[in-house]
Amino acid sequence: MGKSFKNYFTLFKSTFSLSAFTFGGGYVIIPLMKKKFVDKLGWLEEEEMLNMAALAQSSPGAMAVNVSILVGWRLMGISGALVAIVGTVLPPLIILSVISLFYAAFRDNAIVSVVLKGMMAGVCAVIFDVVITMGGKIIKTKKLLPVLIMFGAFAVYYVLHVNVIYIILFCGALGALVSLHDKKAGKEHI
Amino acid sequence: MIYLQLFWSFFQIGLFSFGGGMAAMPLIQNQVVDINGWLTLAEFTDLITISEMTPGPIAINSATFVGTQIAGLGGALVSTLGCILPSCIIVSLLAWLYGKYKELTVIKGVLAGLRPTVVALIFSAGLSILVLSFWGQGGFKWDISSTDFIAVTLFAAGLFLLREFKLNPIFIMLGSGVVGGVCYLLL
Repeated sequence: MGKSFKNYFTLFKSTFSLSAFTFGGGYVIIPLMKKKFVDKLGWLEEEEMLNMAALAQSSPGAMAVNVSILVGWRLMGISGALVAIVGTVLPPLIILSVISLFYAAFRDNAIVSVVLKGMMAGVCAVIFDVVITMGGKIIKTKKLLPVLIMFGAFAVYYVLHVNVIYIILFCGALGALVSLHDKKAGKEHI
Repeated sequence: MIYLQLFWSFFQIGLFSFGGGMAAMPLIQNQVVDINGWLTLAEFTDLITISEMTPGPIAINSATFVGTQIAGLGGALVSTLGCILPSCIIVSLLAWLYGKYKELTVIKGVLAGLRPTVVALIFSAGLSILVLSFWGQGGFKWDISSTDFIAVTLFAAGLFLLREFKLNPIFIMLGSGVVGGVCYLLL
């Protein structure tokens, strides 16, 4: 990735606009980033994007900030990471600074609340679109283990409310063990 | 030294909040309400409501809100900086390790195990928001009358447009905000 002003500006613009639309928790930024950096700009591979999401999830702090650092770093080194951090932090910083000045009026405003309600349905559509694409690819590999991990992790997290940290630790360890075993046995389960 | 106190409080929040925004909430409450008394519990509840209504990570939203209330724009900047600094350090370290060792079998295996997990977690987050959007705070019900059909229609139309026409997601989100807002006010 060339370190031209144009690329820095695109990185800043992308992280800024994605962050401005990350409603409802950190995971929402992954589908948005996948659409932007993988599908539209072609700067990253889908697999890399998911690796970065996994790394970001394994670190403390806000998911959106973590994954921006990783994407910025991967594309343009430390300066890219800094540009991505600033792009990601500015929207909530600006929005909350303004709101905290007159937050009672904002909280009770009827128009604000219906627009946000409508946007929530749109956010869902975007998440489901990306999940269908990514989940479909995992199923199409025709490997049983990743599919089992995907459905198992969902059940354990969504239905049983197990802490994410344990799920991440377990699935990461499982992947490591299986891949080591596969290398010896010359197979490819994962 | 209010700036230093704000910085240190949010540094701890940034350092110890694993596992997404909701996991950070008790930590923020502990620092902001219990230890430092910067907000009352009622104000803190308002902050959570506003954080859910606005984009951005809940920790950054809280840092900006509390910082502004306590020490103006400078306070907001210092708190936000404190909040993201632990991430910057730890994630940079991970990024470096990843770049160096990503060809190792073990690391490849770990990541191969985590990729389907991340898809599952994104789906879980999406499903939670979907349930909230269709049925409100009470959660899923079979009851037809308690289903928000405007939200269901917006979701279905949005998903169709995304899959068939590959529209820009930001356009879908803004569009459903405007169309939904008008429908909720008129119907």
